[in-house]
Amino acid sequence: MAITLSINKQPHTVDAAADTPLLWVLRDTLGLKGTKYGCGISYCGACTVHVNGRAVRSCKTPVGSVEKMEITTIEGLSDSETHPVQLAWQAVDVPQCGYCQSGQIMSAAALLANNSSPTDAEIAAAMNGNLCRCGTYPRIREAIRRAAGLMAAKGGAQ
Amino acid sequence: MNLDRRTFLKITATASGAFLLGIDADLLAYGQRSNRSANTLSPRPFLRIAPDGAVTIMAKNPEAGQGSKTMLPMLIAEELDVDWNSVRVEQAESDASLYGFQFLGGSTATPMNWDPMRRVGAAWRQMLVQAAATSWSVPESECTTHAGHVLHSASGRSAGYGELVAKAATLTPPALDSVKLKDPASYTILGTSPEGVDTAAIVQGKPLFGIDVELPGMLHAVIEKCPVFGGKVKTANTDEIAKMPGVRKVIVIAGTLTDDPVLPLNPGLEPGVAILADTWWQAQSARASLQVDWDFGSGTFQDSTTFEQQAAEALKQPYGQVVSQYGDVDAALHGAAKVLEATYSFPFLSHNTLEPQGATASFAAGKLELWSNSQDPASAKRLTAKITGILPSDVKLNMMRSGGSFGRRFVGDADVEAAWLSRQVGKPVKLTWSREDDMTHDNYRPAATIGLKAGLDPSGKLVAWRQHYVTFGDGKRTITSGGVGPDFPGGYVPAYQLGLSNSIPFRSRTGPLRAPGVNGQAFILQSFLDELAVAAGRDPLDFQLELLAHTPAPGFEVHPDRPSSLNPERMRGVLERVAEISNWRKRPQQSGRGFGLAAFFCHLSYFAEVAEVSVDAQNRITVHHIWAVGDVGSQLINPRAADNLTAGGILEGLSQMEQEITFTHGAPVQDNFDQQPLLRMRQAPTIEIEFRKSEFSPTGLGEPMLPPAIPAVTNAVFAATGKRIRTLPLKRSGFRFA
Repeated sequence: MAITLSINKQPHTVDAAADTPLLWVLRDTLGLKGTKYGCGISYCGACTVHVNGRAVRSCKTPVGSVEKMEITTIEGLSDSETHPVQLAWQAVDVPQCGYCQSGQIMSAAALLANNSSPTDAEIAAAMNGNLCRCGTYPRIREAIRRAAGLMAAKGGAQ
Repeated sequence: MNLDRRTFLKITATASGAFLLGIDADLLAYGQRSNRSANTLSPRPFLRIAPDGAVTIMAKNPEAGQGSKTMLPMLIAEELDVDWNSVRVEQAESDASLYGFQFLGGSTATPMNWDPMRRVGAAWRQMLVQAAATSWSVPESECTTHAGHVLHSASGRSAGYGELVAKAATLTPPALDSVKLKDPASYTILGTSPEGVDTAAIVQGKPLFGIDVELPGMLHAVIEKCPVFGGKVKTANTDEIAKMPGVRKVIVIAGTLTDDPVLPLNPGLEPGVAILADTWWQAQSARASLQVDWDFGSGTFQDSTTFEQQAAEALKQPYGQVVSQYGDVDAALHGAAKVLEATYSFPFLSHNTLEPQGATASFAAGKLELWSNSQDPASAKRLTAKITGILPSDVKLNMMRSGGSFGRRFVGDADVEAAWLSRQVGKPVKLTWSREDDMTHDNYRPAATIGLKAGLDPSGKLVAWRQHYVTFGDGKRTITSGGVGPDFPGGYVPAYQLGLSNSIPFRSRTGPLRAPGVNGQAFILQSFLDELAVAAGRDPLDFQLELLAHTPAPGFEVHPDRPSSLNPERMRGVLERVAEISNWRKRPQQSGRGFGLAAFFCHLSYFAEVAEVSVDAQNRITVHHIWAVGDVGSQLINPRAADNLTAGGILEGLSQMEQEITFTHGAPVQDNFDQQPLLRMRQAPTIEIEFRKSEFSPTGLGEPMLPPAIPAVTNAVFAATGKRIRTLPLKRSGFRFA
């Protein structure tokens, strides 16, 4: 069936069964490969995207349930890849294999959008659903703190 | 590189840390000796210089997060003498004739490439200098280089590499062992911490990984396999599945698995039912309706409860074989003032690469092109050529970035399946395993049960050590990656015996997992040493330092040609330093909170680690802090990446402590992360890492930090609670992480 989606502020009409997970529509139908498959059961967070600004696991989100909602993927997080979280991730050089990182970045961006200066406990709670098999957690923590600082500096300048 | 592969992959049982995937650690020294390896390579294929001076360096090895795609080009760029910012890195394709040994594993990238890759850069630099000197008619010896330019200070002339490259291309490259290398004091790139070459693309979600490959007209494939490894399809409702939405083809795979009960690393094509569809989700959804009548084959006997009973029985019997011994252990134990006995065990483990197994293949007109995550691309070419009936030289293999490898991607199973399927359907095929496929058809880290017995003299000195290692096999041969070597205190205790029993039958695939062999061995040895120190009334640090002061037994001596022998000076160095930075001597003694110490030598590198934990009334462990000191030789190539990799390896050690794969009715039980807890951010301790510089040639950081992390934590739990963890995962000893 034809489903109309708003992804990264662009309208897309896709032909897919309504129960198809959003993840596979993004990856295989629309060619947005930044969102990753890890477990298919919402346990690893590699597939995290934003739906109406909230971090959700696209592997368990039926595409039919997100029509008329605003979907953001890693490719649309910022216009010129300059979201403070992406900048901080580069500055800290977080990745090892890198496979989980788009999901980590999407969770971190959703956290910081709602809480501009999270404590370490709040960071750990918000990031609990995102596994990093390589163990880059210390750097993810550092990058989120740094991104919060970047956002505060930007806010202060305005 | 002129290495005889068969020799290289020979399984040896030399001293400490030799079980690098079964690679003989001593042969790693080849990479550090220019005359043995580097002089057979031409420097040309490794880089290009554009007329505007832009330098493109080929990354020769596969990248799965260990950082060699950044690190190896740094070695070339340093000796080429260019500004790192002018360098672009490209992934090389698999071609041993151009790039030598291309391989990811065994922490080999640094020791094998440290010398030759610097020489590649230096050879290019020499050609550029020669080109400039010839055109200026000045002696080469008067020319210097700086940041991509050749300079002649006497005449004030200077030329960029881009201006010289056309002339340099006409020159004969020098033999690599003849070139002069820089004084490390003048390094401008090595020892700095440039950003990973793929980091920007990763944070932007660019398609980099094997799973991201997209070819025109390709089909997506899944394969349903028998829950019991090697089981075959008797019948399946393939006609019905073929009619499901998007499905283009359903193929029963008879497979080519060997009947040998002791499976090699690459046992052949597994049987199953392949579903090929327009999208992966269509293929995977159709699978839900698939009904297969399986011939479960010869593996149905596999059962973890039975394995435990068999191991307990084997421990009561004499060894199947003696791996290593010296001195008279029986007499020494008989004469000991105090004898300790303990049984330890650790489970089968899955690899859990976050990117599941997969590959993309396009077979046409007798040629195969493969987009592969292999850690051993030459082997993947050989295996896929064999299954499609062509020559390895007719396989083009593109090395894709992998979402983790950890030893899983040596097998080549997904490569073989994708290649075979593409040949069957005559179209490009992308195969993507589900997480469940991945966890239930892994090459598992072998489980083992170990009986230990050791004696102390009246003064508390260790006088005898006996270790009985019980693993799986046919009584003659051990399952892949299930072997053991005489790691420390082997060689440093007056009487020693290591026996192996390998008669428990097994019929699933096993293989190396990051720090193979020693990821379990360190837990056992460093825990039992801690037990002995406590029994002797000694501080565990002093107990180990005292052992290291012994004269090594014959065969364990330090020798420059045998880097796999433990060097007690280096081990002492990391132990003493980690004690300083963790304030070990003044650690507080309080109930419910404790410090644990462990050290290990493997993969040619040394790590000592201290863990601080607390344990609550429900036996929930919080690891607060880990201090780690490593000795990886004279030079950290990329210190920030080294720190990241070290922290990650320590966290992987912690993560392994909660994981297991068990078998029932012949099949693995755990199939996804809901049953396989991986460490999460809230459980990650503060980690402080320091490297102790030594005079030795640099060695790798893929693995050696991992093994001691586990006993550091279990020894800390003992200090906090008085309870000794001898069985992993933690839950089998009554503990878990908070």
